[in-house]
Amino acid sequence: MNTAVLRDFESIVGPRGLISSQEALRTYECDALTNFRVCPSAVLLPASVEEVQGIVRICHREYIPFVARGSGTGLSGGALPVKDGIVISMARMNRILEVDLTNARVTVEPGVINLDVTGRVSPQEYFYAPDPSSQSVCSIGGNVAENSGGAHCLKYGFTTTHVLGLEVVLPDSSLVHLGSKMLDTPGYDLSGIFVGSEGTLGIATKVILRVVKRPECVRTLLAAFNSTNEAGAAVSDIIAAGMLPAAIEMMDNLAIQAAEAAVHANYPNCGGLLLVELDGPEAEVQSLMEHVSDICRRDGAWEIRIASSDAERMLVWKGRKAAFAAMGRISPNYIVQDGVIPRTALPRVMDEIARLSSEAGLRVANVFHAGDGNLHPLVLYDRRISGQEKAAEALSYRILEICIEAGGSITGEHGVGEEKKLMMSRMFSEPDLDTMQRVRCAFDPLNLSNPTKVFPTPRLCGEKPGKYEPHPLEAAGVAERF
Amino acid sequence: MGGSSQLAATKTIVEDSLRAIVGPDHVSTGEHLLVAPGTESEVAAVLRYANELGLCALPHGNSTKAEWGNSPSRTGIVLSTKRMNRILEHPWADLTVTAEAGCTIGNLQSALAQHGQRLAIDPLWPERTTIGGLISTNDSGSLRLRFGSVRDLIIGVTLALADGTLASSGGNVVKNVAGYDLPKLVTGALGTLGVITRAVFRLHPLPQNRRTLTNVCSDINHAQRLLLQIQDSKFAHTALQLRTDSEARSAEIDILFEGTVAGLEAQEQQLRKLASSSKIETRSDDRWQVREALWSDANSAISKISILPSEIANAVQSLQSITAANRCRWAAVFQAIGIGTLSLSSSDPHSLHSALTALRRHLENTGGSLVLLRRVQGLPAFDSWGTTGDAQALMSAVKQQFDPKRILNPGRFVGGI
Repeated sequence: MNTAVLRDFESIVGPRGLISSQEALRTYECDALTNFRVCPSAVLLPASVEEVQGIVRICHREYIPFVARGSGTGLSGGALPVKDGIVISMARMNRILEVDLTNARVTVEPGVINLDVTGRVSPQEYFYAPDPSSQSVCSIGGNVAENSGGAHCLKYGFTTTHVLGLEVVLPDSSLVHLGSKMLDTPGYDLSGIFVGSEGTLGIATKVILRVVKRPECVRTLLAAFNSTNEAGAAVSDIIAAGMLPAAIEMMDNLAIQAAEAAVHANYPNCGGLLLVELDGPEAEVQSLMEHVSDICRRDGAWEIRIASSDAERMLVWKGRKAAFAAMGRISPNYIVQDGVIPRTALPRVMDEIARLSSEAGLRVANVFHAGDGNLHPLVLYDRRISGQEKAAEALSYRILEICIEAGGSITGEHGVGEEKKLMMSRMFSEPDLDTMQRVRCAFDPLNLSNPTKVFPTPRLCGEKPGKYEPHPLEAAGVAERF
Repeated sequence: MGGSSQLAATKTIVEDSLRAIVGPDHVSTGEHLLVAPGTESEVAAVLRYANELGLCALPHGNSTKAEWGNSPSRTGIVLSTKRMNRILEHPWADLTVTAEAGCTIGNLQSALAQHGQRLAIDPLWPERTTIGGLISTNDSGSLRLRFGSVRDLIIGVTLALADGTLASSGGNVVKNVAGYDLPKLVTGALGTLGVITRAVFRLHPLPQNRRTLTNVCSDINHAQRLLLQIQDSKFAHTALQLRTDSEARSAEIDILFEGTVAGLEAQEQQLRKLASSSKIETRSDDRWQVREALWSDANSAISKISILPSEIANAVQSLQSITAANRCRWAAVFQAIGIGTLSLSSSDPHSLHSALTALRRHLENTGGSLVLLRRVQGLPAFDSWGTTGDAQALMSAVKQQFDPKRILNPGRFVGGI
C-alpha cells in the first residue's frame, strides 16, 4: 500500500490505531477458520464513528476494499482479509452506551463482547439471549454480521430477533440509522437485511439490542440413549407433544468422549446424549419436565438426570459449549461444519454421514442443536498425513450437499463467508443470487465492503441482470472482478 | 386514427396479451383491468410484460388493507393473487408450512390446527386477510409480544420481480443464514419491491389452555405502572395490552397466559398479588380482537403508532390535550411492546388533520412514529408514513435496484417510493 495512503489513514486513527508491520499484520491474516489466510495491507483500529467514516472515505476514494473485524472468532472466514485491502478492527469501540431496562433495551458499540451485555444487565435479572458457544469472546458487531445463533435460539430467536436498530457507516462513508429503539420504523426493514449480511453492506458502529428478563425457573435434563437415532426420536416426540424447550442439544459418542477429556462434564458414556432445557414459571416447568422425562424413558433413555442448581447446569453446558475445542483432545485437526436439515430428516442424514465417514476412513463427531435441525459435524483428520486435509474438506462439503438434498441449508449460524460461497450455487439458483445482490448494489455499488465473500460471483452494479458487461470502472482499469 | 381510438386499440392489444398469459377467463375489464394469474410463472410473465410497456402493476390479495399507505401515483393493472391460494406443504413434525400468497390466514390456521399448530400471529380480519397481504403490510396483533411479528416467523419467500425474475430467498428450515434475508426486506414493503408468490413460515404449537385476565386501572398512570411491572416480572405472558379512549377516565389492562393449568393457576395468583390494589377479572378471549372494533366506525381515521413501552402514558396525555384542542374523539389500544392502534374521529376533517399533524410531530420528536392507515372523506393531504430519517436515500436505492421503472405500487410507500 502506498505510503501517502498509509499517512492518510494514520492521520485519522493516530499511530497507535494503525498496524502496518508485516509481523503484526500476521495476527489478522485469518479468523477462526484457519485454513484460509490472506495478509492485509494494513489494519486500522478506529475509536469512534467519525474515525470509521474517515477510513471508509479514503477507501471509497482510492477503491481500497475493507473488511470489518470483531474478535475474529468467525468460523466461515467472514473476517478473512481481502488481497490489497485493509482490515478495520472494531475492538476499540467497545463501550456499552445506554442501558434502558424499563424498555429492555441496551445500546452498544460493535466491539462489546456478547457476554458482557448479559453481565451488565444480570443484576436486574435480564440477559442477552443469543448465546453462540464463543460468547465469552465474540463481539456484538461480529454477531450482527453473522446473525449468530446459539443453543437457546430455538425458543428465543437469533441475533436478528434481538437487534432493533443500527447505526451504519455505508461503503461511501455516509452514516445511516436503520431501525430504532422503537419497533416498526416506517420504511423497508433495512436493519433486518443488514443483520446476517456478513459485513458486505457496510460497518455497524452502534447496535440497539433487546434484552430479556430471566425466567423464574430453569431446569436442564440430561438423557442417555444408545444411539443418536433414539435420541432423535425423543426430540420429535417432545416437539409433537406441543412443547417449545429453551434448548435441545444432542451429542454422539465421539463428541461426548472429547468433551469428557477436555472439561470432565461427567456425561454418561452413551451413543446419543440429549440435553433439554426448559424455562418459565416454576409450576409450568415442573409439569413439563415430568412430561419430557416420560418421553425420553419411553424412547429408550437409560439414564436421566435433571440439573436444577445453577452450578449443575453450568457443568452440563460447559461440556456442550467446549465440544468444538475439545476435538483437539482426540484429533490433531478438525473441520467444524454447520448444516441445517428439517428435524425429521435427522435419522436418514445421520446414517448417511456415518456411511460417508467410514467410506472416507475419517472419524466424524456430531454435535447438534437438535431442536432446530442445526448439525455441527466435526470431521477429524491429521494434517501431517498427506491427502487427509483434502479428503476431510471434501467430506465436510459432501455433508452440506446432503443437507441441501434433505431440504435444508448450508449454514445455520456460522455464515457463508469465504468457506461456503461456492456452495451457495448449490442451494440457490442464479436469479435467487442475482436478486440478493441487488441489495448489495444499493448499499455498496463499488463492491468495497468485504467483497469476495458470500456470493460465488459478484454482480457488478449497473449491469443488466443475467448478462455480464464490464462495469465502467472495470473497463477503465480502475476495478477488477474479484 | 384519432387519439381515443388509438388508445382503445392499444387497450385491446394489452388485454389480449394478458389473456394470452393467464387464460381468457382470468382477465376482467371493469373499472380496473384485473388480472388473476394462476401460477408463479404467470405472475412473472404478467410483470415482465407490464414492465416492458411501463404499465403499473398493483398487487392485490383480498383488499382488506388496500387503503393503507398513500394512493398510488399512477393506476395500472390490478394483479390479483386470488387464484394462488393453496397450502403447498405442511410438514407438521418440522413445524413449518409453505403456502401461496393468496391463501387466507383463516384457511391456513384451520389446516394447521388439525395438527395442533398455529402461525403465531393474530392479524386483522384473518378470515379475509391473505398471506401476501399480511406480509406486505406487516400487520401484527397481541401475540407479537411473545412470538414476534411477521419478520420473526417468515423463513422463506418467493418473489416475482418487476422485470419478471422469479427469485427465492431463505428456505424451509427455521435456522438458516445462507445469503441475504429477503423475507424480512419484503415484510412491510407494501408490494413495492416485488410480488410475493409464496412464503414459508415457522409454526408454534397451539396452547393447551389460555386465560385472559383484565384489570381496570384508576387512571393512565396507574395502567402504565402496572404494564411496566408485568413486563419486568417473571411471568411468561403471551400478550399484554392497554385500552383506553377519550370518554374513559380509566384504562384497562388485558393479559393473556397460555400453557399448562398448573402454570396458569400459579401465574394468576402471582398477578393478583402484584396488582393487589386493583380488581382482576377473567374475561373472554375476544378481548384480543379489540383492534378490529376500532375499525368498525367507518368515519374514523386509523393510525398505527410506535413508541417506547414506557412512553404510553405520555402519549395518551399528549393525545388528550391535542384532541381536546382540536375537538376530536379517540380510542386506542396499545400493545405492551409499544405498538398502538389509534382511532381518531371528528366532524371536521380539518380538525382531524391538525390533530394528526400535531400528534405525529410529538411522537417523531421523541423517536416514535405515526403511520396513517385509513383516511376519512375530506381529509386534507397527509403523508401516510412520516419521516424515515437519514435512511430514505438508501431505501430509494433499494427500490431502484428492484424496480427501476417504478411499476410496482408507485407512490404508495415512504418518500414517494
